[in-house]
Amino acid sequence: MIESVPDTIEKLQEGLLKKNYSCVELVDYYLNRIKKYDSSLNSFLTISEDSAYSQAKKMDKVLNGGSFSLSEYPLLGVVVSFKDLFLTKGIRTTAGSKVLQSYVPPYSSTVVMKLLSAGAIMIGKTNCDAWAHGASGENSDYGPTKNPWNKKYVPGGSSSGAAVSVSSDFSFVALGTDTGGSVRQPASFTNLVGLKPTYGLVSRYGVVAMASSLDTIGHFTKTVEDSRRILAVTGGIDNYDSTLCGEKGEKIGEKIKIGIPKEYFGEGLDLEVREIILKAIEILKKKGIAFKEVSLPHTEYAVPVYYVIQPAEVSSNLSRYDGVRYGNDRDSFGSEARRRIMLGTYVLSEGYRDAYYLKAMKVRKKISDDFDHVFVDVDAILCPTAPTPAFKLGEKANDPLKMYLADIYTASASLAGIPGLSIPAGFTKDKRPVGMQLLGKRFNENKLFDIGEMFQKLTNYHLEKPVI
Amino acid sequence: MTKVDSSDIAKIAKLAKLDLSSDDVLTFSSQLSNIISYIDKLGEIETEKIEPMSQVTGLSQILREDTSIPENTLSSSDALSGTEKTHNGYFVVDALIDKGEDMKND
Amino acid sequence: MLKKYRPVIGLEVHVELGTRTKMFCSCSANHFLAEPNTNVCPICMGLPGAMPYANKKGIMATIKAGLAFGCEINSFSKFDRKHYYYPDLPKGYQISQYELPICKNGYFDLKESDSKSKKIRIRRIHLEEDTGKLVHRTLEGRKVSLIDYNRSGVPLLEMVTEPDFESANEVDLFLREVQLAVRYLDISGANMEQGSMRLEANVSLCKEEDVFDLKKGIYPDYKVELKNINSFRFLKKALEFEFERQAEILSRNEKVVQETRGFDEVKAVTFSQRVKEEAQDYRYFPEPDIPPLTITEDIVEQVQKSLPELPSQRRERLMKDYFLSSNYTELLVSDLKRAEYFEQAVILAKEKDIEINKVVGAMINQNLDIKFSEPAGLIKYLLEIKNKAFVSADEVVASIDVVIHENQQAVLDYQSGKEQILGFLIGQVQRKLKGKGEASLVSEKIKEKLKS
Repeated sequence: MIESVPDTIEKLQEGLLKKNYSCVELVDYYLNRIKKYDSSLNSFLTISEDSAYSQAKKMDKVLNGGSFSLSEYPLLGVVVSFKDLFLTKGIRTTAGSKVLQSYVPPYSSTVVMKLLSAGAIMIGKTNCDAWAHGASGENSDYGPTKNPWNKKYVPGGSSSGAAVSVSSDFSFVALGTDTGGSVRQPASFTNLVGLKPTYGLVSRYGVVAMASSLDTIGHFTKTVEDSRRILAVTGGIDNYDSTLCGEKGEKIGEKIKIGIPKEYFGEGLDLEVREIILKAIEILKKKGIAFKEVSLPHTEYAVPVYYVIQPAEVSSNLSRYDGVRYGNDRDSFGSEARRRIMLGTYVLSEGYRDAYYLKAMKVRKKISDDFDHVFVDVDAILCPTAPTPAFKLGEKANDPLKMYLADIYTASASLAGIPGLSIPAGFTKDKRPVGMQLLGKRFNENKLFDIGEMFQKLTNYHLEKPVI
Repeated sequence: MTKVDSSDIAKIAKLAKLDLSSDDVLTFSSQLSNIISYIDKLGEIETEKIEPMSQVTGLSQILREDTSIPENTLSSSDALSGTEKTHNGYFVVDALIDKGEDMKND
Repeated sequence: MLKKYRPVIGLEVHVELGTRTKMFCSCSANHFLAEPNTNVCPICMGLPGAMPYANKKGIMATIKAGLAFGCEINSFSKFDRKHYYYPDLPKGYQISQYELPICKNGYFDLKESDSKSKKIRIRRIHLEEDTGKLVHRTLEGRKVSLIDYNRSGVPLLEMVTEPDFESANEVDLFLREVQLAVRYLDISGANMEQGSMRLEANVSLCKEEDVFDLKKGIYPDYKVELKNINSFRFLKKALEFEFERQAEILSRNEKVVQETRGFDEVKAVTFSQRVKEEAQDYRYFPEPDIPPLTITEDIVEQVQKSLPELPSQRRERLMKDYFLSSNYTELLVSDLKRAEYFEQAVILAKEKDIEINKVVGAMINQNLDIKFSEPAGLIKYLLEIKNKAFVSADEVVASIDVVIHENQQAVLDYQSGKEQILGFLIGQVQRKLKGKGEASLVSEKIKEKLKS
């Protein structure tokens, strides 16, 4: 049995080519760890053992066949987990909800197929807040997921299981979704690199929809360079999602200038987090990156706007779950789902639609314009990912509004459709990870990756692992 | 504070096709009132001349050709696989009170 | 009783477009008679994660229909989600169009007779997706509905008129015209029996003294919706029944209940199907998964150019060019295939020197276009008849003499330069000969005689 797995895809694939280990052995390694450690973390809902071995054997054959190139299988041997919102043909998909407790879909999402075609090996489906409604993992109908850095704390959400699967070494990478912060925030809480791509870059076809004008398909990796590699496979036009743009980002200039939004450093920001972010800024300054204070004046409205538009679209997207063609009936919805459906229905209803939904759509434009103005001057924005490090299980569970406010630094980017990258930036005194967030112009992920890779050459935070 | 009262909750629940217990109605009434009051903050901003932003991408006219792709059509067994409530290739639900085909709330 | 009241009727017509694939997915749009749930995919079944992708042909067909009915085409249009729950609606919402339909503000010139014509205003024509179908059964003592999603997602055109109709006859004429136009445009079979055309009428009565209000856009304060009526004939009967029923209620100074009614074909009466308590709240919002439509002037021009001759245009042309009676014209125009047959037959007839009247008579009075499936066959037949029947040259000359003698003024006019009189004189000769004069012979001989 393998003792450990290399830190990067590049090194992993070197090892495969050198025959240090095989794909099947990689699956053995991860399955063994899951069986040993996941019962106390609850990050997986379904383990697709049979299909993992079948895919692994197939990839080993390719490896041993000799006449292949890594450009044909850029993710060969990469073991991946999928948040249980991704439809996987023939493999149970629950969305973290009792409504789809036994649902086995007849088709797979575009991204699942893309990754498998690229040589990746699916190990299972990860736990999440039901329907992606949450920022902690506590809203799953299948029990909360725990943070491997400290099991009394939440790993963040809604892609809770996905984050834990990578940080606990249950998979090499993990796919999640980010609608208001659901990849970035758990990445921050579990010491991972988490990408929310530009809206319109990665196909949403075959992923359970939460809020259609906000949902993005993101992923968790240990390093920024691997995040770049995954996006190279997941991004691009398919013939099923008509909101995809085939745009490539701008050419990257030599000198980088980063903006620090003053509204993100005010009241409500945990002092330790603040310290960590400021330290990260100093590290990058020493390398010659220019920083400038900028303003995103409508920041305080991001959460209220988000909590009108998102529930409205949620209430619409969840209308199809009536138990007629699949799943259980609507009585199986949990309380957070019902709350959001009610809220969304209210803001769309006759008499309230103009005051709430239409109004929110207009303020959304202002929030988006804020970013456009700032990006005339700077190439990227640096800020905290979340106002606090991971919080204790149960701490915010009884106050839905308190939980919603956790989205304060991530919701704006979602409303504007811009990309966001959360990168490990340090730890609190009691060893809880803290991430920093880079935001960029639409389709400019490359710039964020460049800055992130630079940071990871100067720091070692991302190399640290939790003791499980 | 904007009040979302029990009768509002009952109306919304009906539109949303959710069955609420009387406890639920009280809880949601208080929670939604709280949340909506917070959201009322949006009234502070002047948005008279602003266009609502319903699409972030700026795309328009993304259409497909009228060609059939037979591989995409599900087999009947796949189509019916999501539930056991089927009969001779149909999905089955309890009859609704109204008679006649195409009886919709129109 | 009806004399004191003026009917006010508005129509909603749904037409299933005959595209190859459904509106938002690539399943076949041809669902008629298919085994249940064999023509479905994740998208039209509303499975988790599925997303719509709009069919260009559906949009083009809608623009065509809009232009054919004099509509303005919105240069910016979009789809919206219309939410309501019903088992045949898989997503719990229908993708439709709300405030920016593709077509708006059109009109139709309704010609009830040669002297009576009025403008029917068409409020809008928009595009949406169809629902699945429900069948009601009793299974093991339990009343159930069986659902088939084959039809779910098929593109539907919805045309809404202003309440400009005042009689069942007007409604009937209009609907037949819509059916015909849509067939001419080749966008739908518009078949009532197959359900590819569906009708709904909103009916009220206006008191005679309030008729002026109608012009100001003030309508009666209620309306009764007639639905689920699947033939023009039954709709006409249902309307006529409704007029009497409502007149009777109003004359008693009572209010007519606002409701949806169907038509019992056996008893020939309308009956209540549902009383409308309050308006439905559809919670419309723009469909986020489909980018909006930008219909440029170029596109509209392109579609306009591609429009075929419409029934009304063809009618006019046939009557003008061939001097056909309106009855005959109607018979030819009302069947697209027949109209095309006629056009081809006319071209051939001209080549072979056969009169158009002969063609018309053969088709309409003798239905010979059924016997001869190709126009060439019909013309050949007519040519045979004609050749056998010509009179001798002597008879021709004799008739010419008589005609010249009987029409001395006309002859003088011709000889003094009015060349067009020749046609008249030839016509007179043919009348005498009962049309059996060979044309070139008659022409030659009469010109000879007129010279002298």
